[in-house]
Amino acid sequence: MGRTSIFLFSAAAAVLAGTMPALAAWQPQKPIEFVATAGPGGGTDNLARAVQNIITKHKLTEQPIVVVNKGGGSGAEGYVYGKASAGDPYKVIFGTSNAWQQPLVSKVAFNYTDLTPIAAMAQDEFLLWVKQDAPYKNAGDYLKAAAAGEFKMGGAQSKDTDEVLTRMIEKAGKVKLTYIPFKSGAETAVQLAGGHLDSHVNNPSESIGQWRGGTQRPLCVFSPKRLPQGPKVTATEGWSDVPTCVEQGLDIKQYEQPRTVWLPGKVTPEQAAFYVDLMKKVQATPEWKDYIEKTSQVDTFLTGAEFDKFIKEDLEHVRQVAGEQGWLVK
Amino acid sequence: MDNLSELLHGFTIAVTVPHLLLMAIGVLLGILVGVLPGLGAPNGVSLLLPLTFGMQPVSAIILLSSMYWGALFGGSVTSILFNIPGEPSSVATTFDGYPMARDGRPTTALATAFGSAAFGALIGVILITFLASWVAQVALAFGPPEYFAVYFLAFASFVGMGGAAPIKTVVALAIGFAIAAIGIDTVSGSVRLTMGVDELVKGVNFVVAVMGLFGIGELLVAVEEEFHARAVSSKIDWREVFRAVGRLPRHSVALLRSAAIGCWMGITPGGPTAASFMSYGIARRFSRRGRYFGTGEVEGIISPETADHAAGTSALLPMLSLGIPGSATAAVMMGGLMIWGLNPGPMLFVDQKDFVWGLIASMYVGNIVAVVLVLLTVPVFAALMRIPFVVIAPLIVIICVVGAYSVSNSYLDVVMMLGFGVVGYLFKKLFYPLAPLVLAIVIGDKAEDAFRQSMLLSKGSLGIFFANKLVTCLIVGGIALLLLPLVLQLTRLGRKPAPSANETTAQEKVII
Repeated sequence: MGRTSIFLFSAAAAVLAGTMPALAAWQPQKPIEFVATAGPGGGTDNLARAVQNIITKHKLTEQPIVVVNKGGGSGAEGYVYGKASAGDPYKVIFGTSNAWQQPLVSKVAFNYTDLTPIAAMAQDEFLLWVKQDAPYKNAGDYLKAAAAGEFKMGGAQSKDTDEVLTRMIEKAGKVKLTYIPFKSGAETAVQLAGGHLDSHVNNPSESIGQWRGGTQRPLCVFSPKRLPQGPKVTATEGWSDVPTCVEQGLDIKQYEQPRTVWLPGKVTPEQAAFYVDLMKKVQATPEWKDYIEKTSQVDTFLTGAEFDKFIKEDLEHVRQVAGEQGWLVK
Repeated sequence: MDNLSELLHGFTIAVTVPHLLLMAIGVLLGILVGVLPGLGAPNGVSLLLPLTFGMQPVSAIILLSSMYWGALFGGSVTSILFNIPGEPSSVATTFDGYPMARDGRPTTALATAFGSAAFGALIGVILITFLASWVAQVALAFGPPEYFAVYFLAFASFVGMGGAAPIKTVVALAIGFAIAAIGIDTVSGSVRLTMGVDELVKGVNFVVAVMGLFGIGELLVAVEEEFHARAVSSKIDWREVFRAVGRLPRHSVALLRSAAIGCWMGITPGGPTAASFMSYGIARRFSRRGRYFGTGEVEGIISPETADHAAGTSALLPMLSLGIPGSATAAVMMGGLMIWGLNPGPMLFVDQKDFVWGLIASMYVGNIVAVVLVLLTVPVFAALMRIPFVVIAPLIVIICVVGAYSVSNSYLDVVMMLGFGVVGYLFKKLFYPLAPLVLAIVIGDKAEDAFRQSMLLSKGSLGIFFANKLVTCLIVGGIALLLLPLVLQLTRLGRKPAPSANETTAQEKVII
């Protein structure tokens, strides 16, 4: 056998190997781009990099994965990019509920319907935080004090999840709060530690260091039941020791921020199915459990009809709040 | 001294063979990403981040922070040699670094820059060592009005200093503010000034603006001149590297002043960019040779470089102790901390002593490693200046195009970069200053956010800027710096009508 025939043989094998899985299900044939709709270091970016790391480590796909950050315009940059890449199954967009909330309140050039939903992985909880030495011990005291004076509530971005929740608190607690938007939750936490704000509604991972360090503490969590027991955060308390807001008379049963995964629009069902399956495999790894625990999020997995239902419900809810505040854009 | 014994313990962690190797690797990679514009430290660090997941946190942070030091040094190289700043904080280095390099003294310019940068970093890390807990408290005192006051001070120290006609400075500033306003506004959440271009929602990236304004702009000016004369025959002289570093102590006033400005801005946290601009502006006003600034003055290089590195180093402290990143790179590293299972915040210093003091010790060692490595490369980089302009010019265009594209893989960025090139050219031709424009692009939106947050807090009363001692001092200082040139001018005018003959001539000499 000469060199040519060996070459031909291996070429034929390569062609066979290439086509065989394609008959069974769609498989990626070139590198995949993970688009984080946030700057480096933020929660969304961490998720994209954690997923990339897990996929690479467990070799869940043959193709290399690169993470790019498109966090401009509160994430709009990444979604617009996803919209412009319609039909391209090699771009996976990582975001939050921003994907459907942002188009409601600002004139951005995309809507979540321009994208193909893959899954909601991990939910971030919201808590009501006050400065460590604040006089109130529970949400009831807080509301009483807030009714007397005008409290300053900080949060990340404007007309986004934090401000929506602030407006819900106003309504449920019959108080008036001055909302001050900052660039990120981390920045807001520092402002509270410095005493420039009265409270904020950060996610656990945004303020865990501050809680442990004794500069601020959570009053209650916006969740139907208490958070799962984890390792203690301070010497005496952990996340499961934080009462729910409903328990304390602040009637907001549930408010969560899902971390969402999308493909551009106009991809085939087979392509979408591949990524749903991929994310399921990611979620089954011990590294994923580790990531969830370290970032104090709640492990969930919504896809297909369930995910759709979640979006519709959340959208309805936000539209109501935004309508009352006069934020809706035509 | 508690801190001192902790530091010695830190050295036993940092000074081990594997960690020294990691530092050298980190620094070399950092120089590489710093020299390649568009890549820059934040991108470089995030590319390296996944590799560190399997490492011990302290090894990982040593690798990443060494890369950061390397990138800070590397960023100055392109600023000086090609007038293309790789990082926002090295823009001010171009003002005197580039003219000096063009003047046939690239070795001096680079060695001066690296030497003073190392000095700034050293002061920054000494500050961290001894004042860690105090510094953390200072940063907490900064609410929106204080932030605004710091930015105001940075603008004031830079803007009023003359050079160009005041009205031209104001025009350049205004254009910068308008560019900074493009995209989504933090305070109202609405989309501004995108002019129907969907992609502009992300705003104008600094790298794109600066590569056009400086890189392409300078190129257009150069092409118009006799470009055969622009190849510089620089002698490669190792001894000049040491001589330039040896001459630094002569400028000890500038060094100390810039380091102080840098540390202050790093802690407060105005950041390295504001620090380098402010330091340059103040040096220009107070240096005896201030009016030669912009033509290749040694102190014009020392001031921004020292302040930049002092701020860059001390900016790591708020990240560790408060969990607020002082720079983009620090933000990436903070993401890393969380993934390694460490929570930045006040407790890090209590819970993770090995990590914190290992890192601080590695800052001393890492910076020494970085400055040695980078000084060794000076002759190599300086040799680039001997390449004829006809070869370098297309290379600069390629670097700028690739750099602009790689910021976010966007073709629009390339177009904008070229557009900024034309703006840069026009600015030079019409004698408009570029510095206020760049300063406004970089910190304009932050200043605006801080101002509007303050107004929300005070319900629209300007009294909030005089509400406590700290903010009042900052604002009054800013106003003083702004009015100083005006006052000087007025006193000069006042004196002019009736001077003795001798005084007149002396006065005229100063003005000329």
